[in-house]
Amino acid sequence: MRHTISVLVENEFGVLTRIAGLFSGRGFNIESLSVAPTLDPTISRMTIVTSGDDRILEQVTKQLNKLIDTIKIIDFTGEDYVEREMALIKVTAEESTRAEILRICDIFRGKVVDVTPKCYTVEVTGSPVKVSAIIDLLRPMGIKELVRSGPVVLGRGPKGWKSG
Amino acid sequence: MKLTGSKILLESLIQEGVETIFGYPGGTVINIYDDLMGSSIKHVLTRHEQAAVHAADGYARATGKVGVAIATSGPGATNTITGIATAYMDSIPMVVITGQVPTGLIGNDAFQEADTVGLTRPITKHNYLVRDVKDLALIIKKAFYIARTGRPGPVVIDLPKDVQIDKAKFEYPDKVELRGYKPTYSGNMRMIVKAVKMMLAAKKPVLYVGGGATLTDSHAELLKLAEALQIPVTTTLMGMASFPTRHSLSLGMLGMHGTYYANMAVTSSDLLIALGARFDDRVTGKISTFAPHAKIIHVDVDPTSIKKNVRVDLPIVGDLLDVLKKMNKKLAEHKDEVAQANLALKPWHEEVAAWRKDHPMSYKPSKKEIKPQFVIEKLRELSNDDAIVTTEVGQHQMWTAQFFDFTQPRTFLSSGGLGTMGYGLPAALGAQVAFPDRQVIDISGDGSFQMNSQELATLVQYRLPVKIAILNNNFLGMVRQWQQLFFDKRYSQTCMELPIDFIKLAEAYGATGLRASKPEEVEEVIKKAFDTPGPVIMEFKVSREENVMPMVPAGAGLNEMVLAS
Repeated sequence: MRHTISVLVENEFGVLTRIAGLFSGRGFNIESLSVAPTLDPTISRMTIVTSGDDRILEQVTKQLNKLIDTIKIIDFTGEDYVEREMALIKVTAEESTRAEILRICDIFRGKVVDVTPKCYTVEVTGSPVKVSAIIDLLRPMGIKELVRSGPVVLGRGPKGWKSG
Repeated sequence: MKLTGSKILLESLIQEGVETIFGYPGGTVINIYDDLMGSSIKHVLTRHEQAAVHAADGYARATGKVGVAIATSGPGATNTITGIATAYMDSIPMVVITGQVPTGLIGNDAFQEADTVGLTRPITKHNYLVRDVKDLALIIKKAFYIARTGRPGPVVIDLPKDVQIDKAKFEYPDKVELRGYKPTYSGNMRMIVKAVKMMLAAKKPVLYVGGGATLTDSHAELLKLAEALQIPVTTTLMGMASFPTRHSLSLGMLGMHGTYYANMAVTSSDLLIALGARFDDRVTGKISTFAPHAKIIHVDVDPTSIKKNVRVDLPIVGDLLDVLKKMNKKLAEHKDEVAQANLALKPWHEEVAAWRKDHPMSYKPSKKEIKPQFVIEKLRELSNDDAIVTTEVGQHQMWTAQFFDFTQPRTFLSSGGLGTMGYGLPAALGAQVAFPDRQVIDISGDGSFQMNSQELATLVQYRLPVKIAILNNNFLGMVRQWQQLFFDKRYSQTCMELPIDFIKLAEAYGATGLRASKPEEVEEVIKKAFDTPGPVIMEFKVSREENVMPMVPAGAGLNEMVLAS
C-alpha cells in the first residue's frame, strides 16, 4: 500500500543522507522524496511516498521519529489532504502536432514555458495521476526529456502542523 | 578568554565529568594530544583504535558512565567502526572523538581522509562534523546528552584539525534543548495499572528481562517486583547479572542457548512481561511459535523496539526504572490481591520446577579431559562475588552465560547484539581502569583472543591485573559446532592449525602465563593466577569438540531444543 508522509527535519548538513540511509538500511521503499526549507529556514520539509503494510509503516514512522534531527512526522494515511506534483515535459513539436500538444496542454491546464522551432517544454501541475495522464497523452508526439518533482502534500483545513 | 578548539574539547570533557579517555594519537589529533599533557584527564593508550573503543565501552558498561574514546582521522577512524557498532547494538553510552583533515581539504581525498560521519551514520545514535569552533562546546554538550539519555548509544564527533587550532570564547552550556529529541521517561499510569492487573490475573507469567534493566540500574526494583508477584525471571545475554542467577525465581538465560526450563516456561506462559528487551532473533527462535499462548506486555524506552518483531498486547513506552517503581508502588496498594495471586501461581511453579528437574543445566564431566564448562564453574567458585567478567564471542561466551553465576549488576560485559570477537580483552581493560581494585576476568577462546591480543601490552603498561582465561580448543568452536551439526562435520577453515604458545606470548609482553592440560590442574592454575599480581593468561587445553547445549537450531521454535549432541 502507498503511503505519503511529511517529515519536518532540522535543516542541517547531512540530514537528507540520514533519512535516505534509514530507508535503505532498513529495507524500506522510497517511491519519491521531495525536500525544501520551510517558512522557518532552520526547518526543512520532506514529502516521502513509501509503500508497505501497516506494520512496516509503523516502523517507518517510529524509526524516522527516532532520528535526532526529526522534529515531526505527519502520516497522511486516512487523512484528508491536498496532493500536487509538478512536471516539466520537453516534447517534440512538429507543425503537424503543435496544435494537438496545445490542446492537451489546455485540457490539463498546463503551460508551454519554453518554445523552440522543434520543441515545446510543457509545465503541468496536479495529482500524480493527472501528471501521469498528460505524459501518456504526450508520449506519442515524442517526449525528449521529462522531470517530475514527486508529490508534495498538505492537510486540508485551517490547521497547521504546529497546532496539530 | 578565547581558547583553542582542542582546549575547548578537553575543558568540555572535564565539565562532563570525564576522568579517563581511551585512545590512540595521530596527525589530525596531535593538537589534542599536546593539550592532554597538561590536562587532568587520564589517557589510556591502547595498541589499536578498535580496542580503545571497546575499552571505553567496557568502562561504560561497568560504571554506567559515558565512555570516551579518541582516534585520528582516516585509518584511525575506520578502526573504531567495529567498536562503535558493538556499542550501538547494545545501547552503550559513548562519545567517540575522531580527528578529521582540515575543513578546506575535506572532500579532496586528502592524506588520511575518510568520511567518518558518513561511515558511522548507521552505527551511531547521532554524529556531528564540527565545522566552526564556535559550535564545539554546544556540540559536545549535545553529544553527551544524546549518548546517555533515552535509549543510550554512541555519538561520534568528527573534529577537523583547523577547528582544533581555531579559537573561540569558551562557555560550557549548562542546558541543552533538542526539539527533535524528547525521550519518554514517564510510563503511562493507565497502562501501568492495566499491566499490574494482567500480572495479578496471570496463571503462567514470565518476566523476560533484557539489557534495559542493566542500563537503567533497575536490578533492585526488578527483584522487588519478581519477589512480590513470585514471577519466574529469564534474562537475555544483555540482561544477565541484573537478576541474581542463583535466585530461586531465576530461570537463567532464554533463547538459542538458553536453559530448557526458561524456553519451556516462555513457550507455555500466558503472560510474558518484556522489560527492556527487544525480541532479538537469538531470543525468539521461530517467531510464529514464540510464546504462542501469551499476552505480551512490553516496556521499553525506545518505541521502535515495540511491535518490531512480535505482536504486543500492552505497550508501555518509558524508562524501565520509572515503570518498575510505579508497578511496585501499585502492588503495595493491593497486598491482598498480591497474596491471592501468589497462591494461584503454585501450579505454575510446580510445572517450572519439573522442567528444571528434568533437564537442569549440565554437561558430561570427565576425568581425562578438561571440560570447558568445568573451567567456568571453577572460575565462578574461586572468584569474588563482585568480580567483573567479560567475554569474547563464541562457545566460551555461551558457557559463561550458562555456568557462571552472577549476583551483582554490571558484572557481565559481553557483546550481545553485534557479537564481536575480540571485545572481551579490551572491555576488561576498560573495566579494570574503572575499578582498579576489583577482580576483572576475561573469559576467552583461542580464536577471539587473537583478535585483540595486542592489548596485553596495554595491560602490562598500565599495571592492569586482568586475568584472562583462554578455553583453548584449537577451533573456532561455535562455527565448528554448526559445521558438525548442520554441515556434516565438514570443518571448513575452523581449525586453528597453528598451536600458539600462549605462555610465551604472555611472557613476551611481560605478563604471566599459566597452563592447565589436565582437569586436576585447573583449580591450581586459577588460584595461582588470582594470587599473581598483574595480568595473567590462564590457558586451559579443553576437550576440542565439546558443544554448547541445549541449542535451538536456527529457524526452529524455542520448544524444539536439541538437548545433547
